[in-house]
Amino acid sequence: MAPHRKHTAGCTPLAIPVPAEVHIPMSMHSGAPANLIVGVGDSVTVGQLIGEAATRVCSPVHASVSGQIKRIDTYDPLTGAPAVSVRIASDGEQTLWEGLTPSPVTNLAEFLAAVQASGVVGLGGAGYPTAPKLTLKEGTKLDYILINGAECEPYITSDTRTMVDHTADVWAGALLLKEYLGPKNVVICIENNKPEAIQKLEALCAGVQGMRVHVLPSLYPQGERKVLVYNVTGRIVPEGARLTDVGCIVINCTTVAVIAQYIRTGLPLVSRCVTVDGSAVKHPQNVIAPIGTPIRNLFEFCGGLKDDVKKIILGGPMMGAAVPSLDVPVVKVTSAILALSGRDAEAPTPSACIKCGRCVAQCPMNLMPSFIEDAFERKKVELLRTHKVNLCVECGCCAYLCPSKRPLAQVMTLSKKLLWGE
Amino acid sequence: MNMIVIAILSVTTIAAILAAVLCIASRVMAVEVDERLQTIKDCLPGSNCGACGYPGCEGYAVALLSGDGIGANLCPPGGAVLVAQLSEILGVTAENVAQSIAVVRCMGDRDAQQTKMEYKGIETCKAAKQLFGGAGACAFGCMGYGDCQVVCPSDAVCMENGLARISPARCTGCTLCVKACPNQLITMESTSIATAVLCNTIEKGAIVRKKCSYGCIACGKCVRECPSNSIIMKHNLAQIDYETCTGCGRCVEVCITHCIQPLRPIQEPVAMESEATLV
Repeated sequence: MAPHRKHTAGCTPLAIPVPAEVHIPMSMHSGAPANLIVGVGDSVTVGQLIGEAATRVCSPVHASVSGQIKRIDTYDPLTGAPAVSVRIASDGEQTLWEGLTPSPVTNLAEFLAAVQASGVVGLGGAGYPTAPKLTLKEGTKLDYILINGAECEPYITSDTRTMVDHTADVWAGALLLKEYLGPKNVVICIENNKPEAIQKLEALCAGVQGMRVHVLPSLYPQGERKVLVYNVTGRIVPEGARLTDVGCIVINCTTVAVIAQYIRTGLPLVSRCVTVDGSAVKHPQNVIAPIGTPIRNLFEFCGGLKDDVKKIILGGPMMGAAVPSLDVPVVKVTSAILALSGRDAEAPTPSACIKCGRCVAQCPMNLMPSFIEDAFERKKVELLRTHKVNLCVECGCCAYLCPSKRPLAQVMTLSKKLLWGE
Repeated sequence: MNMIVIAILSVTTIAAILAAVLCIASRVMAVEVDERLQTIKDCLPGSNCGACGYPGCEGYAVALLSGDGIGANLCPPGGAVLVAQLSEILGVTAENVAQSIAVVRCMGDRDAQQTKMEYKGIETCKAAKQLFGGAGACAFGCMGYGDCQVVCPSDAVCMENGLARISPARCTGCTLCVKACPNQLITMESTSIATAVLCNTIEKGAIVRKKCSYGCIACGKCVRECPSNSIIMKHNLAQIDYETCTGCGRCVEVCITHCIQPLRPIQEPVAMESEATLV
């Protein structure tokens, strides 16, 4: 079995010094970018709203440091159109915005409004705004809310730390979800390599009706939402259907904790726990960084980078992406940054497909990556449709397992684009 | 013996009846095919490039004969010769054919453009675009992996030091490269134009300067110097209005970063080299 490399699982996250400047994009979620409501020269404080949600599927953006708006800039995301962003010069004081008040909720509408106002998005990496996700169609019968604490990607331990250090928030959030969305069961799903988190949450669940911890084997991609739904409930999400169509919602454990924290204190999502790891980091650990901090500051806090650093990855090694510069900011969905050197960073040389079928055997969606690659190379759109490349979750298992080191995961992404005519 | 005769006779009778039915059916249910269809198909280039907007050459031929007044000048690869032929077949007056060629709006080859990373993924522009817009510093410029070269049916594109160059002599104007470029860097221009702004960036001058030595920095010198006021500055990029451009070449002379280029001399020598590399 492949190593999980959870080196930092025992590191309690430390807050990094306030960066001199943060770069906050208006688009850190899927959906339309938020509307910027501040101008150059304005003074802002921590938690102050600087980007208003423009449409339903959108999330507000808050200032993560106190200081002055230095520049309106553009942020080049990994994919998609460049979006507006702001650079805030920090005054180092971290003054809290005076408008921050706890917002107790009494009904579903108030709860959803609080979720929206907290600026929380799918913090596991998907980045889908949480409020529209929790807004259910009328008549939806909800059987399960799965709180995703699987954290199956190697290296990343930020969710683990949330569950261990902020157990009360995760628990409070779970209770809120149970109270306002009314599912039959709330299941906290954790992989068995996080015994401390399992123990803490199991102690809380004991004797509570409809709440339980589901211990999963540590196996990537356990935390993928459709995989999780199948492994926990045995239900299969049909093609084109949503998770709510089979009576399930999957929500990341850190997302749940942030919701609870907002309702308790009124402080929106302005900082997050990031795992800083990899063979080129001198002291791998977990840190708490304000949103918008350049990743350079995080590495500096962790003792800097070794000289032989070859590759910086934003996210985990399986689904994350290499970045071209250390000025890339930490955004809401950044759960880890990795600096790799030597063998870890080497790009494999692909050779011809030997038709061994390992990619087919291991695909969590039961697709046939080798066939899809063939169809892609021949630009056969109809064949791609037959092979259901649209169901690919881009977990990267096929590329990881391929003995010929073929770039199957990248081909899958491109195949989807070809299929959708982009 | 008798049985054999009966068999032959009965089979022959059945055959005769069926033949008669088929004869009548073919008359009654005949689909009229314009005999000009084959002639037109023979005239068309047959590369099925789709530049006319119809599904392949046959689609265009059918559309021409449908009598909907489809212009006979929609096939750029065929050019004026084809228009004349088609007009003769269809009995219409030959219309003007707008001959256009593809122009790559970038001069940022590997020497001119800074790189922001080492890209080791799948070597196509579409794949490189997925990762922060390619290895080059400029997210608007040519990525140099040759997606346009792959689709070109007439071998008009050659990749030179990480930059696509199009030979005007070979380009038939089919527009396949325009669709293939993920940066929308290739545009179709009339063959009559004299100069073009060979840059596609919309970033501010100071940023462009750091990224590419050929990038348009929006200094506005060309706008001020143009005797016919044909150049405007839009989104930090000079744009020439070809309706009023006289082709005097003043903009080429004054452009500080040399991103405005005379089309012919800059691309002609390349055409020769491209032939050399292609062999």
